[in-house]
Amino acid sequence: MLILTCPYCGVKAEETELHGGGEAHLTRFGPESSDEAFEGYLFQRENPKGVHFERWRHAQGCGKWFHAARCTVTLEVFGTYSAQTSEPPQNIRDAISAKRPGWTWRSFA
Amino acid sequence: MSEPVSALNRATFDGLAHVQEAGLQGMITLRGTVLDEGFAKAVSDVTGLALPGQRGVVSGGDSTLVWMSPDELLLLCPHGDTSDRVAKLTAALGDTHALVVDVSDARAIFTLSGPQLREVVAKLAPVDMSPAAFQPGTVRRTRFAQVAAAVWLSDAETAQIICFRSVAPYMFALLCNAATPGTAVGIF
Repeated sequence: MLILTCPYCGVKAEETELHGGGEAHLTRFGPESSDEAFEGYLFQRENPKGVHFERWRHAQGCGKWFHAARCTVTLEVFGTYSAQTSEPPQNIRDAISAKRPGWTWRSFA
Repeated sequence: MSEPVSALNRATFDGLAHVQEAGLQGMITLRGTVLDEGFAKAVSDVTGLALPGQRGVVSGGDSTLVWMSPDELLLLCPHGDTSDRVAKLTAALGDTHALVVDVSDARAIFTLSGPQLREVVAKLAPVDMSPAAFQPGTVRRTRFAQVAAAVWLSDAETAQIICFRSVAPYMFALLCNAATPGTAVGIF
């Protein structure tokens, strides 16, 4: 069972209180963008084995969206952080580096 | 004027804990920037209560303020005073970017009392109900089986549970089932 701490209300919520929102930090391409960019935004995902960044919603609690960094192999959670950011904060990156040296995810490392 | 009626007309059940649909309760949702001084002052002035911190519950007189999310508070007051409080809050908030809505008729409230209420709640919600983790003065929004709810302890042996009015019969059935005599798990 995945347990994530909601950064907005501080509750240690287990998976059934949360709703997964897919991969984090997508850049949206809409009207006016190229077909390739739009296709990438819609369909291209990392689907990694290892370090991953996701969006989650505390659906049965405060209702806020937040980000989580976790390992898809071990379900280890490296940390959760605010949704008001377009990239993982440094403390989360440091926490991952401490446990998975040399990790990369899209343009982040 | 029609007579206001609560969801289950104060239905009760006695088992591991005493379950009661708590009857008519004024509930006002307040949304706004809680950390904003103008918002905090307006709410404090009208309610006479300090604003609760994260997951806090503050009671005083006939009112209770419950922290629902970083930008939402729930004010509980006597049912008959609801429209008056809404008017006062709206006036006090003035131009502040905020929302004040009477949700009394959209919700149901249950009271669970007795020394074994932690057992009953722990059977239904994925919440650490141990006395070390859950004490009066803290609210937990969560789910009870399949429905959303908020629960807090008003004292060591009384819990208040709020859910949507449309699921009140389901919530009452859940609580009665979990409180069936002889089904104590004996964890707490």
